[in-house]
Amino acid sequence: MNASEEKLLEVRNLHVAYGKVEALQGVSLAIAKGRMGQIVTVIGPNGAGKTTLLSAIMGLLPSRGEIFFAGELEPVPEVGRMVRRGMNLVPEKRELFAEMSVEDNLILGAFQRYRQGYRDHDRSLREVFALFPRLLERRRQRAGTLSGGERQMVAIGRALMAQPTLLMLDEPSLGLAPLVVREIFRIIVELRKRGVSILLVEQNARAALQVADYAYVIETGGIVMEGQAENLRNDPRVIEAYLGLGQHQEKLA
Amino acid sequence: MDIDLPIALILGQDGIINGAIYALLALAILLVFTVTRVLMIPQGEFVAFGALTMAALQAGQPARLVWLLAALAVAEAIADLIVLRTRRQGAQVTFSALLVKLAYPFVLAALLYNLPTATLPMPVQAMFTLAIIVPMGPQIYRLFFQPIASAPSLILLIAAIAVDVSLVGVSLFVFGPESASTAPFSEASFEFGSVNVSSQALWVVGSALALIVALWLFFSHTLHGKALRAAAVNRTGATLMGISPVFAGKASFLLATLLGALSGILIAPITPISFDSGFVISLKGFVGAIIGGLISYPLAAAGALAVGLIEAFAAFWASSYKEVIVFTLIIPFLLWRSLTRHTLEEEE
Ligand SMILES: Nc1ncnc2c1ncn2[C@@H]1O[C@H](COP(=O)(O)OP(=O)(O)OP(=O)(O)O)[C@@H](O)[C@H]1O
Ligand SMILES: [Mg+2]
Repeated sequence: MNASEEKLLEVRNLHVAYGKVEALQGVSLAIAKGRMGQIVTVIGPNGAGKTTLLSAIMGLLPSRGEIFFAGELEPVPEVGRMVRRGMNLVPEKRELFAEMSVEDNLILGAFQRYRQGYRDHDRSLREVFALFPRLLERRRQRAGTLSGGERQMVAIGRALMAQPTLLMLDEPSLGLAPLVVREIFRIIVELRKRGVSILLVEQNARAALQVADYAYVIETGGIVMEGQAENLRNDPRVIEAYLGLGQHQEKLA
Repeated sequence: MDIDLPIALILGQDGIINGAIYALLALAILLVFTVTRVLMIPQGEFVAFGALTMAALQAGQPARLVWLLAALAVAEAIADLIVLRTRRQGAQVTFSALLVKLAYPFVLAALLYNLPTATLPMPVQAMFTLAIIVPMGPQIYRLFFQPIASAPSLILLIAAIAVDVSLVGVSLFVFGPESASTAPFSEASFEFGSVNVSSQALWVVGSALALIVALWLFFSHTLHGKALRAAAVNRTGATLMGISPVFAGKASFLLATLLGALSGILIAPITPISFDSGFVISLKGFVGAIIGGLISYPLAAAGALAVGLIEAFAAFWASSYKEVIVFTLIIPFLLWRSLTRHTLEEEE
């Protein structure tokens, strides 16, 4: 079978090993290409291999298997090339430039585009500030002194500066207050409208399934379930394993 | 021994001149260390290369150092070809870029061997000197440090020592054992009260200041400068922005060789330099960098200036112990740093 033209991203039978331990054992997933962006979510428990999956797709980790991006096979994904081709990862740990200002952090997101000859970083910067007005207020502040929510905004904004077609978010809600989480998810939906596709890794399964079009459940290195997000939302197994507990906690709160 | 004001002023002048050079080297060492974790022990060799190449050009000798550049270019081309064969599309090397890089040293050699270098204007001689030396920085990174970029710091240190020793050997072979100095940029000198200040001294201090300002502008106002800082602050974050560690490593080595070679050109009219001068010069840059805790640029520059001054006064009071005194300086700073160590480790 050829790389299907309608897919933005297609991963087939991906294996990743840390030494002898196989963290991913043949993962396959796809993101359809459309006029609107697609939100595809991968949910699963701690240590299931979600971060490993995103890192391998981005070319941060060596992997076996096939990765097609925008219709092209990437035999050995390499980060610089993936960024150039329109893929961007907001990692779990954010990885901001702590000693540099918010604005410098954002501008650096456009580095690869700048090297390719684009000079549209000022416009991108205005768009990011429009999306996150709070960052505009804090643009001279050192990134290391920001609150957790602001940091996540910088991390997402920085990735958007590269004008990606596929944005991969690794647990964007991790450690954030509910109000900020809602804000982040609002942005995710807004980005889809603008044609950005999103691969969303989340522990907050409820919120993720709420916004996603399609969803995968990953457990100990393998996909155990997939389907339209609304179907998974109503699937008894998913409710029991990933949504039930959350409901309980919310009632307590 | 008593010291009166005129002597103090003269010593102070010497100290500031050397200190300005050490400051440039300390900044280069710091940059390379923060970006690549390599302790740039060969930094001083580029100073020696700069001074000796300039002297050779002024003496009308062909600058034989260009053959080291050629050898490195050939080695780099072979390494790149291997990558090109074994790797995929999307590798950063392209065939035409490879040919240009390979041709460059030979074109340069042809020019150097056919031009009457002794009679060229001094700025042109300086340009040729830089043209020979500066590309070596990225080449050396590519060949010796890029393949072991993620190795433990100790391995990087050993590689740096090996590179340094090899460069000293090449230096002896290329330039011979005699020390050399060059003509001053201009003959003028000025009287400030009782002190005679040579124009070369002003050149050194002025150029060092200008370079420091230029570096500051580069790092704070250009995207490439910020990218280099970003690579030093957070390697993973930088990689995700498409700022590859290879790009950052080569760029930092390029800047370091540029600062080294320029320092050599600046200091050569004042201090005779020989093939083996580089190591001690590196060490003084290191003392400055260590005073800056290997993280702070302003502290490193200030520390290097202090090294220059202390060295000048030590030379007057106890000239045979000059180096000992300067290097003993490190100890209190290392102690101080080890006491505040935890902050350093957090930065890592
Ligand atoms: N660098 C590493 N070396 C060895 N094992 C690793 C490494 N990184 C991850 N692992 C292991 O691989 C498995 C998958 O880890 P991964 O970080 O991908 O999980 P995750 O689904 O992102 O978890 P979480 O929800 O906690 O972020 C885990 O068992 C983890 O211990
Ligand atoms: Mg994870």
